[in-house]
Amino acid sequence: MIEQAPALIVVIPLISALFITIIGLYQPRVSWLLTIITFALSSIFAFICLKQVVTVGPISYVFGNWPAPFGIEYAIDHLNALIVLMICVVAFLVAIYSKHDIIKELGDKIPHFYSLFTLLVTGLLGITLTGDAFNLYVLLEISALTSYALLALSGGRAYIATFNYLIMGTIGACFYLLGVGYLLINTGSLNMADISVILSSNTYSYTVLVAFLFIMIGMWTKMALFPLHSWLPNAYTYAPTSTSCLLAPLMTKVSVYVMLRMMTSVFNYDYIFNVLQWQHIIVALAVIAILAGSVLALRQDNLKRMLTYLIVAEIGYMVGGAWLGNANGFTGASYHIIADGFMTLCLFLAIGCIIYKVGDASLSSMKGIFTKMPITMVGFLIGAFSMIGIPPTCGFFSKWYLISGAYEASAWAFLVALLISSLVNAVLFFRIIEVGYFQALPSEEPNHHHPKITRDEAPLTMLIPLLTTAGLLIGIGLYTADIVTYLIHPFIKNFL
Amino acid sequence: MEFIINYYNYIIVVIIMMLGLWGMLALSNLVKKLISMAIFQTGIILFYISMGAKKGASIPIIKQAYDEHHHPIHQTINNMDYANPLTQILMLTAIVVGVATLGLGLALTQRVYSEHKSLHEDEILETLS
Repeated sequence: MIEQAPALIVVIPLISALFITIIGLYQPRVSWLLTIITFALSSIFAFICLKQVVTVGPISYVFGNWPAPFGIEYAIDHLNALIVLMICVVAFLVAIYSKHDIIKELGDKIPHFYSLFTLLVTGLLGITLTGDAFNLYVLLEISALTSYALLALSGGRAYIATFNYLIMGTIGACFYLLGVGYLLINTGSLNMADISVILSSNTYSYTVLVAFLFIMIGMWTKMALFPLHSWLPNAYTYAPTSTSCLLAPLMTKVSVYVMLRMMTSVFNYDYIFNVLQWQHIIVALAVIAILAGSVLALRQDNLKRMLTYLIVAEIGYMVGGAWLGNANGFTGASYHIIADGFMTLCLFLAIGCIIYKVGDASLSSMKGIFTKMPITMVGFLIGAFSMIGIPPTCGFFSKWYLISGAYEASAWAFLVALLISSLVNAVLFFRIIEVGYFQALPSEEPNHHHPKITRDEAPLTMLIPLLTTAGLLIGIGLYTADIVTYLIHPFIKNFL
Repeated sequence: MEFIINYYNYIIVVIIMMLGLWGMLALSNLVKKLISMAIFQTGIILFYISMGAKKGASIPIIKQAYDEHHHPIHQTINNMDYANPLTQILMLTAIVVGVATLGLGLALTQRVYSEHKSLHEDEILETLS
């Protein structure tokens, strides 16, 4: 059983997606329970894998006993064991959270939502685990297709926003496929480890350059790096809240992971940083992404929309960190995938609770929100502190690694951009605190002497995931040293 | 000239792909965008197929020959006689993905039309503002 764990992580949600559709036809409410059980099981197996990777070392799982270069291999090392666990936990928390929200927003589409939900996470888990470049493309498209359906579920303006995402997402995936085609011409192999061995023994030709370029542009489109970001804000803003809670922490981060995986496991350090020497251009792009994302976030009145622009800025952090080309920058980028996943989740869950109770997420409707929903706002504040980078939360530590990496690489523009972005985040969130805490509830304004406190919290199924995530942010922050020493450094050692 | 003769399949593929990519980004009718997407994906499929093709090669099924006592005869297999099956198998999957994307895109287009009563991107933007 234990040695099958890598496959089970992906197979359990895949099969349960089928059962959710069938059982959901008769018992729509059961699909919620099934989804939770599915991701609880996946999380357990992901944890087993993580434990095994830390104690024994990287796992290689071959499907159907076809040895690695011919068959499809799941390669689990220190980085993706951690990210798989993150994906499972995020999916588990969002599954719990979505119960009331889905009934309110989608009504009779509950089983459809949950089967798409599980399929989407299946795709993401597969992307993270697979060691086969073409298998990655197929799983990328599985997660993309289900995400289009999930985003369009709420109707109205979501249709055209999703259509634009479909066009951009397909371009991204097609570019990746083209890149893999060039690698196949050059090496005759699709297994990442095998390609890497063949590439490093050959001289680098233009074919490899084109392959690298196509794969990178494809992934940048998928992860919404600044000039290619236009699809993201609309798609995530008009989607059902539970969908954006699931997609915002996972989709873009998994694309960042694929970029890291391609840089480390297929191409190598020498080729990327010594032969190509694009790092200054890419870090400059990342700086523009951070600044543009922050400035655009400042202009938004709708909180959900504001968060989508913050995602654009955070993508700049990770791309920039990975392309600094030193250990600290790379540690920061890898650690930030986890940290950003949870802090985006935390903020989106909090905004979701507010939308559930208040009805919309514009800044003006935040008046008196601290009196109305104190527990939700505690979660929101911890997420906000992590976004700004205040010490006990994990956002501080990833920023610390990124800034030290920028200092080592003398990438001053990147360093300044990180600091400006932190300041902008502080302004953004303190603006909400100002409106929410110091401005009274609109209906209570006439009664100045005894403002009546009407607490109206979201249901427990929404609050518990929110508070768990907030706790995780602090927990991950406190265990930063362990995560970096046992998981990220062993991974980086092979690359640098 | 020799370059064109040697690589004409790739040149055609690149032209097809660029037509598709241009259409996806530049055309404003949503259905035309989807058709361009299908053209772009077909270009990639042709790219993969043509990289695995060999002149005068057949399907990669090796027929085992036997002598009169029904013992298998050892044959030497020449790589150039058989086309590379890998790229074709990969493209079977890519075709499925392409069909699914196109179907989903058309379903979305239909919903966009019933929502905005138009398929033209500029007119849809006008109804939004």
